[in-house]
Amino acid sequence: MAFLEIRDLRKSFHAFDVLKGIDIAIEEGGFLVLVGPSGCGKSTLLNTIAGLESITSGEIHIAGRQVNDLHPSQRDIAMVFQSYALYPNMNVGENIAFGLEMRGVPKAEREAAVARVADMLQIQHLLKRRPGQLSGGQRQRVAMGRALVREPQVFLFDEPLSNLDAKLRVDMRTEIKKLHQSLGTTIVYVTHDQIEAMTLATQIAVLKDGILQQVGTPEQVYSNPANIFVADFMGSPTMNLIPASLQAVNGTASVHIGDFSLKIDQPSEALRAHNGRDIVFGVRPEDVTDVSSADRSARAIETVECGIDVVEPTGADKFIVTRMGEKEVTARVRPSERIAPGDKVPLAFNMDKVHFFDPQTEMRIG
Amino acid sequence: MSVATSEVALRTGALTRAAIYAVLILFAVYYLLPLFVMLVNSVKPLEEIRSGNMLALPEVFTIAPWVSAWGEAQIGVQPTGLAPYFLNSILMVVPAVIISTFLGALNGYVLTKWQFRGHRIVFGLMLFSCFIPFQIVLIPMARILGTLGIAGTTWGLVLVHVVYGLGFTTLFFRNYYDAFPSELIRAATIDGAGFFRIFRRILLPSSGPIIVVTVIWQFTNVWNDFLFGASFADFDSQPMTVALNNLVSSSTGVKEYNVHFAGAILAALPTLIVYIVSGRYFVRGLMAGAVKG
Repeated sequence: MAFLEIRDLRKSFHAFDVLKGIDIAIEEGGFLVLVGPSGCGKSTLLNTIAGLESITSGEIHIAGRQVNDLHPSQRDIAMVFQSYALYPNMNVGENIAFGLEMRGVPKAEREAAVARVADMLQIQHLLKRRPGQLSGGQRQRVAMGRALVREPQVFLFDEPLSNLDAKLRVDMRTEIKKLHQSLGTTIVYVTHDQIEAMTLATQIAVLKDGILQQVGTPEQVYSNPANIFVADFMGSPTMNLIPASLQAVNGTASVHIGDFSLKIDQPSEALRAHNGRDIVFGVRPEDVTDVSSADRSARAIETVECGIDVVEPTGADKFIVTRMGEKEVTARVRPSERIAPGDKVPLAFNMDKVHFFDPQTEMRIG
Repeated sequence: MSVATSEVALRTGALTRAAIYAVLILFAVYYLLPLFVMLVNSVKPLEEIRSGNMLALPEVFTIAPWVSAWGEAQIGVQPTGLAPYFLNSILMVVPAVIISTFLGALNGYVLTKWQFRGHRIVFGLMLFSCFIPFQIVLIPMARILGTLGIAGTTWGLVLVHVVYGLGFTTLFFRNYYDAFPSELIRAATIDGAGFFRIFRRILLPSSGPIIVVTVIWQFTNVWNDFLFGASFADFDSQPMTVALNNLVSSSTGVKEYNVHFAGAILAALPTLIVYIVSGRYFVRGLMAGAVKG
């Protein structure tokens, strides 16, 4: 059995189903990120793991123990909240020690534990201060310290970085990752930021409307999205999703988008079965490039002439927007590439990394 | 051009300011006048008051009226002064304020952080109790005090005031705790603190302003109450307000106005002190819920 296992978890408020049968398992030391748009149920799922919200049906196991009916304090978990939830009337040291105090740990031991954690997070100099006197980043550290000091089986993070400014967020992200690597404790982390999910996770679970869309490594979720929602949600800029039609003849196949036609390399059986039907053709901006920066290891590259509508330099990259059929398509080119709106340039499609979805079921084909 | 306009603005500003101050001073004098009259006349011999000018400063200064009001004046049948009744009031007010504030805090905590089915209805009913006139509860309350066997005692009065004050104290604490972040409660729950420990260690230490508001409100109301005191107290448990009435409206002998004034000030003194000591917290507390997001 996995270290943290959730089986057919359901949760409803009155007649409204928030979670509709979630199954997730994660090994010890894993970093599970629950990601999805707001209102998808990811925070509710985290709260049910914590025991802060009851479940309607299903099972939650932590380290081989069913915790469904256990009080939050008995589940051997620690949680970092979005607002940090530091007790305003206690100083930093007391905040960190509170959980130990409630568990009847003797004072000397508590102080030693606080000192150890403060040392790890480099907040020794803040121990006597009140939360109100701390900056956002410092509060964040204290909140993590309060969780760390308990040495729980599982850490739960509820959008811990969303109240920080952009630069600090990136720093703290790295710090959380380092912390995870050095401690090796299992973490469940909620975020709506897909970049946080990609950078931190060993497993990503994408949720939408209380339904699990896909669980997998960041690589799997990014490269093999299970459906249109996941394809669209993960990645920035987002994947180009273009309505197209498919033609398959004698083991070969091609997609047709308006006047454009792209040959598909080694089409799968399932894909060829869609012969003559409408499909959604998906390709990430980094897989549509100028010809010279096309991936040399790719087995199949299709080049088409495209008229450029918009050019967006970002410094490290240059994104250009063209039009295929009815849809705008974003491509990534070398920043040094001289392209102006109105130009006609050849764009290379890496056909190894294209995706096909069924427009009815929205599921991946093949 | 712009200089001219700013000068005009400055001058009108000064004029308006002068007008505002004039009005404020006028009102301050107006409101302070009764206190002035009471103070001045409480330190005059009776003859000086009888001779006419109530607003004049005393020609002969005496504290005899104060001594009399406190310890010698005839209240009802006994020449005890107000002192024993002052003590009665203290014995009634202190427990009534502490108990009603504590219960209000507990109610507010439950109604915001441990919500149960129908919590809105319960709160609505408690809120409704704030609007029930005193007179309506007199007879049912008398019956209950009788049944409990504490009619005519100080503890009976404490019970009456706790019950009557609960609606207000609950309202204050509920609204204050409503703005208190629930994540703190959740964090403490995970940390292993139970119902009362969260209340004592997390909520109460952050409740200073609203406790001050509630204590002032309850202290003032309970101390100044006359109707319940007159209805439910015996001679030996009568509060200050009732005693003051008996002092002032006694029908025998000479009307000792200077003693009456001194007695009235004595009766008002505790609430006055409470306001002066904690008044600024009162305003701050009333604002706290409004400003905090």
